[in-house]
Amino acid sequence: MNMVLEALLVFIVLTNLLMLGSSRLGVYIRAGAMQGVGLSFLFFTGEAGWPHSHIVLLALVTMVVKGLVFPSLLFRTIRQAGVRREMEPYVGFTASLLAGVAAWGFALWVGGRLPLPGVIRSDLLVPTAMFTIFTGLFLIVARRNAITQVLGYLVIENGVFTFGVAVEAATPFLVEMGILLDIFVGVFVMVITLFQINREIEEIHMDTSKLAALKD
Amino acid sequence: MLNALLLVPAITGLLAFLVRWKPVLHALLLATAVSHAGLTVRLWGGPAVADWGGWLQLDPAGMLFLSITSLLFLAAAIYGVSYLRGECRLYPAGHQAVFVGCLLVFLATMTLVCLSQHLGLLWVAIEATTLASAPLIYFHRSSRSLEATWKYLVICSVGIALALLGTFFLSIAANPIEGTLILADLVAGGGVLLAPWLKMAFVFFLVGYGTKVGLAPLHTWLPDAHSEAPAMVSCLLSGALLNNAFLGILRLRQVCGAAGLATFGQGSLIGMGLLSMTVAAVFIVGQTDFKRLLAYSSVEHMGILALGFGLGGLGTVGALFHAINHSLGKGLLFLTAGNILEGYHTKTIAEVRGVRRLLPASGLLWVLGFLALTGAPPSGAFLSELMVAGAAFQNGHPFVGLAFLGLLTVVFVGMARPFLEMAGGEPPAELAAKKPVESGLRVLPVGLLWLGIVTLGWYVPPALQHLLRQAAALLGG
Repeated sequence: MNMVLEALLVFIVLTNLLMLGSSRLGVYIRAGAMQGVGLSFLFFTGEAGWPHSHIVLLALVTMVVKGLVFPSLLFRTIRQAGVRREMEPYVGFTASLLAGVAAWGFALWVGGRLPLPGVIRSDLLVPTAMFTIFTGLFLIVARRNAITQVLGYLVIENGVFTFGVAVEAATPFLVEMGILLDIFVGVFVMVITLFQINREIEEIHMDTSKLAALKD
Repeated sequence: MLNALLLVPAITGLLAFLVRWKPVLHALLLATAVSHAGLTVRLWGGPAVADWGGWLQLDPAGMLFLSITSLLFLAAAIYGVSYLRGECRLYPAGHQAVFVGCLLVFLATMTLVCLSQHLGLLWVAIEATTLASAPLIYFHRSSRSLEATWKYLVICSVGIALALLGTFFLSIAANPIEGTLILADLVAGGGVLLAPWLKMAFVFFLVGYGTKVGLAPLHTWLPDAHSEAPAMVSCLLSGALLNNAFLGILRLRQVCGAAGLATFGQGSLIGMGLLSMTVAAVFIVGQTDFKRLLAYSSVEHMGILALGFGLGGLGTVGALFHAINHSLGKGLLFLTAGNILEGYHTKTIAEVRGVRRLLPASGLLWVLGFLALTGAPPSGAFLSELMVAGAAFQNGHPFVGLAFLGLLTVVFVGMARPFLEMAGGEPPAELAAKKPVESGLRVLPVGLLWLGIVTLGWYVPPALQHLLRQAAALLGG
């Protein structure tokens, strides 16, 4: 099982690098969706044998929400807004990739120094989660496009989830569903807000640097 | 009983989304607020009730924050009915239905925050408060409110995502007791928790929920959201929600205390407290927008809470008491600010003059509220700030105490000028000619809040004293 787990973690790391190095919003959305699907398989890397029904249900819900619902919502948004690329990011794409590699190294270093109790099944787990969270935060601060920021939020959540799923944190089924519901509604509300932003303020093109009326 | 407390606002909230007749909507809002307050009062003094196998329980700390929330919601609802029938009467019913629905669901989520004894559930509840309140900020559908909503959503959601990571860390720390996240079990098994993971969890709780509390340097969304929201939403965001988010940090302090790490994180709380007060003072002096002024004052007061909790001992009691005073005072000022905004149609301090003449009751409350909130005696805030200062000197942090008193003075002076200038002087002639009438429903709840904060300066009822002591003991004061 460990092999599968590590393969999935490496897959998640690769999707992060893909997002850091690309300028196309479509790539971000697809990479985010793949990450979500990879994440839902993490649910099955726990104990051997046939998984519990509630784990199957959780994995299915995660897969549908992160792999299907969110990407289609976000694709609809970019079609409506007529933006395809991330223009003039605050940090260039090559520099972003380099920052990503550095962050991965740092995550490995920190992960190696944390005293891990038995629940953590792979040495790559903590670094992967940390790196994914870093990627999400980085996308939020280094890119201008509002959709990229929503994606950044999703990537952060994926990172947190990577951790939660694989340590089998004793979160009961109801709470896990609550967390998923919150994230779902959160993204939904963000997308609605984006629609409104796009409608109200025509010239913005989802560029968050234009959202600067409120300041001191 | 606890179920009713949750279900009443949740169900009426969902119903409200479907109602298209405004009088019914307003009645629903008022009826829910009254029954929620009634249920809360009935729970006072009773034994701590548990429900849902220990997931929901009303302990003294939850009781205190629930009471504040319920009281403020009642005031906001009374005010809100008049608000929706006045300025916003032309808004379509569907638009108002979403507003009332979100308001009631917001109450349900805040209630869940106060009741949660499972830290995973607590996270779900706190994130849900963000989602329920975001559409409220956007009520006026201006591009400014849109911007505020966007920042609120993104910054708070990201912050809270980090708190979820903290929650998972906590579960690892609790590995020896099967990773439970139920508060009572965590406190009971405090001795065997894994300290390094518990410390990491605390850091992430502080950053995550601290974003929602508006502690500097994580406060950047707060002035925008609180100033663009409609008056009663600002009142609830500032007076009720900030406290409730603080409960997330306090719950982990409880666990740290049980694990023998009571002093861990004290320094960060004191530091963030002082930083919040400093940042607030800098932006309050010379502020040109009176709602932003109030918003920065919230950052300042959350700083006072952080400082009090960080100092511990007398500081914990002081901080809890200050939470009540701040909520009453800030609620009253935000509601009054709504009246002024409606009378003058501007948030710019320099364009508002002569409130005492144009809107006599609001003008009076504006000045009285300012005095009460900034801690001029007789006000409950005076006592609670004194307690926090006392804790600083008592626990051997004289410089913290001096800095605290200095910052309070700067803020007092910084706020006095705009408040007095707005209240005094002559109102603009074209407004004076119109002679606006103040609706009783929009002054009465504000007046009662003022009465509350001033009464607390003279007399703290024994039941409240008892509750404060119990809550402080629970939170490791």
